[in-house]
Amino acid sequence: MPGPDGAGTAPVLSVSNLTVTVGGTAHPRAVVSGLSFDLRRGETLCLAGESGSGKSITSLAIMGLLPKPATRLASGTIRLGDTELTALPERALRKIRGDRIAMIFQEPMTSLNPVLSVGRQLTETILNHRDVSAREAERMAVEALDAVRIPRAGERMKSFPHEMSGGQRQRVMIAMALALRPDVLIADEPTTALDVTVQAQVLDLLRDLQKDFGTAVLLITHDMGVVAEMGNRVVVMRHGRKVEEGETKAFFQAQQTPYAHELLAAVPRIGSGPGRQAVRAFEKPLALEVNGLEVRYPGKGGVLWGKGMPVHAVKGVSFNIASGETLSLVGESGCGKSTTARALVGLAPYSGDVVLGGRNLGGRDAAGTKQAKRDLAMVFQDPYASLDPRMTAGDLVREPLDIHGIGTKSERRERVVELFERVGLSPDAPGRYPHEFSGGQRQRLAIARALALRPKVIVADESVSALDVSVQARVLDLLRTLQSEFGIAYLFISHDMAVVENISDRVAVMFDGRILETASRDQLFSNPRHPYTQRLIEAVPVPDPTRQRERRTLVPVLAAQGAAPLVEVEPGHWVATVH
Amino acid sequence: MALYLLRRLVQAALILLGVSVITFALLYLLPADPVRQIAGRSATVQTVENIRRQLGLDQPFLVQYGRYLLNLLQGDLGRSYLQRSEVAELIVARLPATLLLMAAGILCELVIGIAMGLWAAVRRGTPTDRALMVSSFVGVSAPQFVVGLLLLYVFGVRLGWLPISGYGTAAHLVLPALTLGLLGAGWYARMVRSSMIDVLRQDYIRTARAKGLKGSTVLFRHALPNAILPIVAMIGIDIGIFMSGVVVVESVFGWPGIGQLAWQAIQRVDIPIIMGVTLVSALAIVLGNLLADLIAPFIDPRIKLR
Repeated sequence: MPGPDGAGTAPVLSVSNLTVTVGGTAHPRAVVSGLSFDLRRGETLCLAGESGSGKSITSLAIMGLLPKPATRLASGTIRLGDTELTALPERALRKIRGDRIAMIFQEPMTSLNPVLSVGRQLTETILNHRDVSAREAERMAVEALDAVRIPRAGERMKSFPHEMSGGQRQRVMIAMALALRPDVLIADEPTTALDVTVQAQVLDLLRDLQKDFGTAVLLITHDMGVVAEMGNRVVVMRHGRKVEEGETKAFFQAQQTPYAHELLAAVPRIGSGPGRQAVRAFEKPLALEVNGLEVRYPGKGGVLWGKGMPVHAVKGVSFNIASGETLSLVGESGCGKSTTARALVGLAPYSGDVVLGGRNLGGRDAAGTKQAKRDLAMVFQDPYASLDPRMTAGDLVREPLDIHGIGTKSERRERVVELFERVGLSPDAPGRYPHEFSGGQRQRLAIARALALRPKVIVADESVSALDVSVQARVLDLLRTLQSEFGIAYLFISHDMAVVENISDRVAVMFDGRILETASRDQLFSNPRHPYTQRLIEAVPVPDPTRQRERRTLVPVLAAQGAAPLVEVEPGHWVATVH
Repeated sequence: MALYLLRRLVQAALILLGVSVITFALLYLLPADPVRQIAGRSATVQTVENIRRQLGLDQPFLVQYGRYLLNLLQGDLGRSYLQRSEVAELIVARLPATLLLMAAGILCELVIGIAMGLWAAVRRGTPTDRALMVSSFVGVSAPQFVVGLLLLYVFGVRLGWLPISGYGTAAHLVLPALTLGLLGAGWYARMVRSSMIDVLRQDYIRTARAKGLKGSTVLFRHALPNAILPIVAMIGIDIGIFMSGVVVVESVFGWPGIGQLAWQAIQRVDIPIIMGVTLVSALAIVLGNLLADLIAPFIDPRIKLR
């Protein structure tokens, strides 16, 4: 299914010796240096690399949208057909942008203007580049929406972005980009912010449209699964330089550079992966027991000061975790997994029973709450936003000890040093501020903070999702080591099936506020019983171009189903009955 | 929508009730005696007591307030102690002048403020930006009577371009409206600048540029409507600040509006007029806020009135 390999034809887009610097002319520092690649008609070239590798800057340089004056195109050429883009004045570049080179971005939620209708944003592009009547532009816009398979395209023209789901918005972005049949489409992490099942649909769509229109696609991604699935060729970048380039199939069979090899090795895969959790058996006592947990958020509005309909985010969830065990809660956005976590740590009001170390937290008094906070710690997703930027790392980790009045001052200080050592941070780290750490180090800091009170349970809400794969692998390793050392139970919340497959002992799949299936890791991944679970696992892009998905026919979208009892289909494997 | 309006109007009525209680109580506690003002210095104790009884000012607070409220509910704002005419008539006669001044003032502050803010945001970090922000700071911090007198001196007295006081022609309106608007313009310039800088960083602005749109289109069609949202909400609140400005500006320029009426009434402890002007101002603020909230959904479709 890779398109024409295009050998022999002249490249549509040719980047050669591109260098982009930051820091002005006085102290220039290259963020992209000496980068060269060609993109041919009908081809998909993947620009892969971890954060900071310069892949997004490269795309902005091609568009002529480098943020000024922070970044500067220092040298190199970018040719579109016969046109040298770097020499063009802004006015001429504007004619090319959106017409011959179009771009789609990572965040479908924020990439469309919230105050303009979808139709307006689409026709605007068309009218900007084509000398057509407003009516003709509208017809073209509807056609573009049809092409990206938006149902009832004509009606949707009047919709505003907030009235659409993330997947639909990304389709609109694609429609906008492809309405004028550009020669080159630059897609910067186009599916990273989407749920896996939606990602699968959007990737399929991109591939189909490319086949129909013959567009050359420059796909920027950090996800090796997406590379394997979409790319004809791949360019791996690191620190602004090209590390490796090759045909996708050959690349996945054998990497020529150690970096590319490491990068691929670090990618968590379903059914393998070196860091995979061994099968373990757990005895009681249970560290955490959750029974019939429900969370309702009050709705807004109503007559005068009354309340509206409450939002029922979690509709009766039950599970338990033994000491030293990892239970993963998986599901797509909006399924209630994060709300469950918030309820457990006392950030959301709930009903139902939460039994922690034999103590029911339901009717907890002030002292009980404080004790519960000692036994239950949380590590959040965003290591940038969840640490107070005005506190030093040492203070951040010591704060829980202060709050609970544990030990003397010097004992606390010793404990902090010990914790830093435990999570692999250097001894000078306590004096530094969060912004002086990298993403992975910050997440270590968050883990040290969670460990400070020797909790029985740690709730990790998407704790490795924002990290690069190589960093992710190391943080997961750390979590495992700490678990075997202290016997902590993890409730691991994630949307990433591959990560879940690596770290979990047991997995629970959530949908629409309920658990649909719960089983041991091996049972769930080798023998998923619920159609939704099957779909979730199949949708994950596999970092192996030879193993093409046979998932053309995806199970139709599951309607929100009512409370269905869980039935045990094999020992320890419970599935909700399907209607 | 109808339900929303109903709810807001009920809220407005409650707010006005609260304002009337507080103002009435404050005036009751005031050490100045309105009866003394009416009777004059030479009046006998007997005359003073007679007038007091006549006006019902010898009654306890609750009786006085109850009586006022009953009249108010019937649309009667009472009679002025000194001017021997209905408060409602006095206010109605002067309201158009004040509304005209306020409208012109708001227009001034919006046009000047948004233009300055937009310009500063686009030229962010340059000397232009700094100069604009310094002048906006001057606008914010200079007291209105100083700004008013300064404008009056420069354009009225020295240059002789505009009349120094009075009412009637468009030329009369310029200086008072400018004085009123400059304070707010400084605020808006700063708000628009920061809001605009924030919006210009958004992903959808990058999208707009990636579509190949002209700089001005990106700025006015994609950025400005988003940046202006917090400003619209501000205008409602602003009317309150405006009302206090109106009192000063009308006095400085001899503008025959309710601000001047209030100023005279306060000096003479003419309680019915003070009450009337306060309630009308409160009503203006409440309605201004309502109007701002009603406009918001037209700018931002995400806002739903409930």
